[in-house]
Amino acid sequence: MAQQSDIKYIAPVAVDIKKKKYCRFKKSGIKYIDYKDGEFLKKFVNEQGKILPRRLTGTSLKYQKKVAQAVKRARHLALLPFVTDNLKSN
Amino acid sequence: MANQYETVFIMTPVLSDDQMKETVQKFEKVLTDKGAEIIHQENWGLRKLEYPIQKKSSGFYHLFEFKADSTVVADLELQYRRDERIMRFLTVSMDKYAIAYAEKRRANRNAKSAAKEEVVAEQPQEVNNESNQTEQAQ
Repeated sequence: MAQQSDIKYIAPVAVDIKKKKYCRFKKSGIKYIDYKDGEFLKKFVNEQGKILPRRLTGTSLKYQKKVAQAVKRARHLALLPFVTDNLKSN
Repeated sequence: MANQYETVFIMTPVLSDDQMKETVQKFEKVLTDKGAEIIHQENWGLRKLEYPIQKKSSGFYHLFEFKADSTVVADLELQYRRDERIMRFLTVSMDKYAIAYAEKRRANRNAKSAAKEEVVAEQPQEVNNESNQTEQAQ
């Protein structure tokens, strides 16, 4: 026990405990990602309108493909922009 | 083999309401003439576009959901291309998840239009208690 506390003293507890990422589609059982829902898809693009990578959102490969497909369809229908600045602020 | 498809198209905003309805009817006819069975349609009305198309910043959106042979889609898209009132269109075939989702969406929309009279006030329920910092005494 003494050793453990020593180690803690040398290397303090990480300031932000990393949360385990999870795939929100697997977790909530969503099977189909709708391209018509632009507001929802905005969660998966950054401020410039680029699709966020899996390593940031935690989406599983299966659903990342579907997200990408849906975002691209939404862009075609002008429900999402191809390029923009400050998408989130307006 | 009849597949289920979903098509969304954007009409130019210079149309009047009647012209817009006429256009919709035209494409409805295109579909029914080819033997397609229209399952559902939605009019989203005039919507702002996220980027300009043909120098227009808004457009009338309309959605058809239909069951038809795959050859019908080619005919429909040809008609879209020939019609200068159509600025943009997208036709996708629906898998079983898409069909399930569309049914749910329809039910939701029906419920919403029915409940509009009651005016249900939704309360934002967001609890943001992010005080995860627990300091341990040594």
